[in-house]
Amino acid sequence: MKETLLLLRNRGKIEPGNAADYIAEGGYEALKKALFINSKDIIQELKAAGLRGRGGAGFPTYRKLEFASDAPGHVKYIVCNADEGEPGTNKDRILLSSDPCSILEGMAIAGKAVNAHVGFIYLRAEYSYLLPILENAIKSSVKANCLGRDIMGSGFDFEIKLRSGAGAYVCGEETALFESIEGKRGEPRYRPPFPGIKGLFNKPTVLNNVETLANIPPIFLHGSEWYRSIGTENSPGTKLFTVCGNVNRRGVYEFPMGVNLKELIYEVCGGIEDGRELLAVQTGGASGAIINASQIDMTLDIDAVSASGGRLGCGTILVIDDRNCILDIVRNNLDFFRDESCGKCTPCREGGTRLYQLVGRIAEGRGSIRDLETIEDLAETIRLTSLCGLGHSTAVPVASSIRNFKSCFWEHIDKDYCPVCCEEGGYTE
Amino acid sequence: MIKLMIDGESVLAEEGTTILEAARKLNVSIPTLCHHEDQSIKAVCRICVVEVEGQTLLPTACNTPVADGMTVRTASPKVLKARKNIMELILARHPQNCLICSKNGSCELQKTAQDLNLNQDNRYQLQDRKVTADTSSPSLVRDMSKCILCGRCTEMCGQIQDIGVMAKENRGFHTVIVPPYGKKLTDTTCVNCGQCVQVCPVGALSIKDDTQKIYDSISAGKTMVIQMAPSVRITLAESLGAKPGSVTTGKIIHALKKIGFDKVFDSDFSADLTIMEEGSEFLKRLKEGGTLPLITSCCPAWVKYCETYAPDFTNHLSTAKSPQQMFGSVIKHIFAVNENVPKENLCSVSVMPCTAKKFECQRPEMKDDVDIVITVQELAKMIRTAGIDFDNLEDVPFDAPFGLGSGAAQIFGITGGVMEAALRTVYEVVTGENLELLDFHQVRGFEGLKEATVQVGDLEVKVAVVHGLSNAKQLLKRMRDGQADYHFIEVMSCPGGCIGGGGNAPTTKKKLQARRDAIYREDQNLPIRKSHENPYVMKLYKDYLGEPLSERSHKLLHTQYISRRDLLR
Repeated sequence: MKETLLLLRNRGKIEPGNAADYIAEGGYEALKKALFINSKDIIQELKAAGLRGRGGAGFPTYRKLEFASDAPGHVKYIVCNADEGEPGTNKDRILLSSDPCSILEGMAIAGKAVNAHVGFIYLRAEYSYLLPILENAIKSSVKANCLGRDIMGSGFDFEIKLRSGAGAYVCGEETALFESIEGKRGEPRYRPPFPGIKGLFNKPTVLNNVETLANIPPIFLHGSEWYRSIGTENSPGTKLFTVCGNVNRRGVYEFPMGVNLKELIYEVCGGIEDGRELLAVQTGGASGAIINASQIDMTLDIDAVSASGGRLGCGTILVIDDRNCILDIVRNNLDFFRDESCGKCTPCREGGTRLYQLVGRIAEGRGSIRDLETIEDLAETIRLTSLCGLGHSTAVPVASSIRNFKSCFWEHIDKDYCPVCCEEGGYTE
Repeated sequence: MIKLMIDGESVLAEEGTTILEAARKLNVSIPTLCHHEDQSIKAVCRICVVEVEGQTLLPTACNTPVADGMTVRTASPKVLKARKNIMELILARHPQNCLICSKNGSCELQKTAQDLNLNQDNRYQLQDRKVTADTSSPSLVRDMSKCILCGRCTEMCGQIQDIGVMAKENRGFHTVIVPPYGKKLTDTTCVNCGQCVQVCPVGALSIKDDTQKIYDSISAGKTMVIQMAPSVRITLAESLGAKPGSVTTGKIIHALKKIGFDKVFDSDFSADLTIMEEGSEFLKRLKEGGTLPLITSCCPAWVKYCETYAPDFTNHLSTAKSPQQMFGSVIKHIFAVNENVPKENLCSVSVMPCTAKKFECQRPEMKDDVDIVITVQELAKMIRTAGIDFDNLEDVPFDAPFGLGSGAAQIFGITGGVMEAALRTVYEVVTGENLELLDFHQVRGFEGLKEATVQVGDLEVKVAVVHGLSNAKQLLKRMRDGQADYHFIEVMSCPGGCIGGGGNAPTTKKKLQARRDAIYREDQNLPIRKSHENPYVMKLYKDYLGEPLSERSHKLLHTQYISRRDLLR
């Protein structure tokens, strides 16, 4: 299977921090087009293209722009969410490090669409080594008059500022990200008001994932019709998939939406390493569903994965072979979530740790049927009542693994010792 | 108007109303914990979740706006199950020693848990925060093990008082609300106003209980003398279950006698004394070109605030002691001598609406004036402990000779009151005329900043009144910028003044209205309404002090201030 290189078209071909290189490859042509058309038409074009957010929720991008465009006020912001924190995910890092100008261009087009003049890139703390590349990309783009004042003589100004996170996963949540940029403790806000009305600094704000923004220039360059020819009906375009775990060829791959998961694992990535058997796959990072080997013949597009009870999320595929134990994987997931909970709302703050404790108990062979019932109840409560997506996600791997690996839970309750879960001292309360 | 259905009943609500507000219109009560009627929406406890038709998740009623055609179920089995589960989670992290908690009986968590009818054992292992209570402050006790992280105290301290002594630290399960850098409360810029206690739904923040000291002094056979602040008579009954604004002066005096006090005096008396000293100081500064504006110093939380954040402005503070400390001084130096009670045998107590007064009485500059300070809440507990049938007590008058106060002194308990009292006296002293209209409406009310220009003879006196420290902070800034050309400023730390003080039963803006009406009614009904007409105050000057600002007055009734700039390091 051959990759469709739309977003990664310039990977390895250009010097990432140099706008001139990007321009030589046709960069900023899309912006030039967008600058001289009506703002409403930009949004219309994105609507026609059917672009959906690549950060996890799959929300139609044009609607975000529409909200902010319709919101009253002169000051509006474009924010690029480069706080890629989903465990095992590298796709934004690849984009940021190989073709940053395409993201800047996407931001500028979005800015033009809603009449925003300032954009922020919120960069994950662990990616701070990318700061010089991004700084150079911005500087050289300004120099080439593709950013800054009076871009390409259009009279439109757009400036991009860099902000670094401090290592909190929850700051990838849009409102927590705003709080962080504003210099406050990174905690999500309740909604409504939605960011399109009151976002960063309480101004109408459009926040998009790095990958989403990188999709914007090709759409304007080649047209929405062309864009729709790639991918599926409801999820046009390509998607970057980070395949990690026990496969032979791990990495970031670009395929049209709708690629088959089984083919991706076995054909593209060369199957399971060391000739082991596949046990499970987790799609969408730590906040995604865990499915068993019999379920992997599935189409990877936003709606199809959702329909199967999981989420495509940011397109991370964690391949788990039979040397692992599902309980250990779930426990590890929960350890992550309890650690990353900001502590603002009760269900996530308290429930996250309780889930971890209860699953840990079962994993170590100390659990009971009642614990399993409590886990199911609690996962449901957390999903239903948490303040933000982090809380809602905590329940996903738990609920899906109980659904898809029920016998594994029974076994741990019945027997006392699981060599995987009890190894290395494993779990501590 | 928006039409929606709540629990099968149709209701009309204005746009922007939340589900919680709309439900309250129908008398449907949805449980809340982090929600406070006077504060911003927090939506963090999640106990108020409801079911909205068409939504898969359970939104919180406190922040979700109503929408046309919305169908809400506030107590469906799904909702109740989620709420119980959330409550279980909270309780598993909360100490189970409710019976000995200071908030026992008035705890919002306790009440909500009761309402939820938790009829099974908690499924989660009890794991309260292993922290010991911070008892370092003379006024407040902070017990993080009981905190439910609702965020009310941080909003009160950070936004309304604009100090921000406490903030969240750590994250997830280990989140705590603490002073920075592991400091003890007493080492922070906390001004002891106790407003955090007013809003804390649980026992995480409480008033330092000094009642045992009183019992000990009674046991030791000391002569027990107590003074009662102007607002105590307004707010005490409320702590015992009466409706806000119930004035019970005589009953309180009776109860204090039953508890074991030999003399019960009225701080209104020393409030009048304060007006004499402070008013004279004002006129002196005005005449002799002293530092102006003069700023009141009755509020110990404000004084500490000024010493911490604006030590260069302490020369603006009136050197007159607060009414509590003046009274303490009079009791120790005049009453004790007259009654022939040896100092070590005398216990001078005050009952205040204020937690900062506990700090004030320990200030080295005025040490020994007052021995023990208890708050309204503590006195209410003592009355209950003593088994006194408060409602049916007969009224008893204050003891002579310090049992008489004017209406001017009575309104010390509300924002603008000290200013109004001072104006009544200053006007008559300067002009020699009789003031016909005693009510200065410009300085009344609950606006953050009140200003007035009063013609006193040929003097145009410009005054300002602020309450709530964020307003005081702004005023200080304007003074610094040279944009505040006032002659006289009154500052009270607590929103509403002392009737909103940290030592009262929990205050809301609604309750403040009732307390305000009561205090002005009291003023109206008193036979003497100007401080300088208080015959016992005049007698005190004649017999002992000479005149206001005399050498003896200075020794007994004035104090000095320090810089607490170090607290900011």
